[in-house]
Amino acid sequence: MSLKNLCQKAFPRSLWVYHTNTGSCNGCDIEVINVLTPYYDAERFGIKLVGSPRHADVLLVAGPVTRQVADATRRLYEAVPSPKLVFAIGSCACGGGIWFDTYNVLGGADKVIPVDFYIPGCPPRPEAILYGAAVALGLAPKKAEPELSRQEFLDILESSKEAAEVKTG
Amino acid sequence: MILSKLKEAWICIKAGRVTLPYPFAPAVPEEGFRGRITVDAEKCVGCGGCANVCTPRAIQVSDPSQEIRLLEFFLERCTYCARCEEVCPEKAVTCTKEFETATNDVQDLHLKVEVFMGTCQRCGRCFETSTELDKMMVTGFRNGKQPQAAEETA
Repeated sequence: MSLKNLCQKAFPRSLWVYHTNTGSCNGCDIEVINVLTPYYDAERFGIKLVGSPRHADVLLVAGPVTRQVADATRRLYEAVPSPKLVFAIGSCACGGGIWFDTYNVLGGADKVIPVDFYIPGCPPRPEAILYGAAVALGLAPKKAEPELSRQEFLDILESSKEAAEVKTG
Repeated sequence: MILSKLKEAWICIKAGRVTLPYPFAPAVPEEGFRGRITVDAEKCVGCGGCANVCTPRAIQVSDPSQEIRLLEFFLERCTYCARCEEVCPEKAVTCTKEFETATNDVQDLHLKVEVFMGTCQRCGRCFETSTELDKMMVTGFRNGKQPQAAEETA
């Protein structure tokens, strides 16, 4: 028990990742491999690629989930011991990409398994994947936020309409 | 055996440190990098050309009312092809170099733009305003983007 506590204190945030391809074109896969090279060196954050989902903490999903691979992806998600994280890497895994409404594709990893982090890009830069991992580890703040831009003229129009209503009413 | 290991060690030492300091130091993408798109609502005329050429159909155009056209950008499936930037007649859509768009909520990747549209006198549906003159002909519009101008007329 004390050994377990010691291990939890010594390795609080080292993510062991299992990389899966759910119908991607290999672009995102190559970028994921790129992150693990000495040039980007994800291992300094404790990120390590493992060969079995039973050893993994994080599932890296690349590709829109095709009908063929959907059931295997569900079983893969169940095979990862919890607590677990799922990273959707690339536009395909985030929202389906250009195949979002194709007949043989379910359209994004979040249609099959719950996704915790979305890393869009086609393919995402290795830096973008590292940034996603850094956000997950709490090393970097989240930058993306929903935007609503509106022509100022619309506000002018609405206020003038309201004023006209007040005048007539 | 030992000699080959020493040779390998020498190569590693000679190469020095190659790891980029990325998450702790900013990484600026090279020229021509296509990142997250932004839309300038003031320049947009609502022609819908971007939605027409969008390969993943990430841009959806709808008319919630007679005078407003709503453009919704679902950037989670954007493939960063920049065809919307290429086709935009008013240069309202531009690619930034922003690549740090990782998020835990897919709503963060949605972008909405509301654009004023002129109304057709005959059919009542909206159409793209060809010039700024059309805007000026609407009651309450004075001198562009000054909200107090509307109050003066009212």
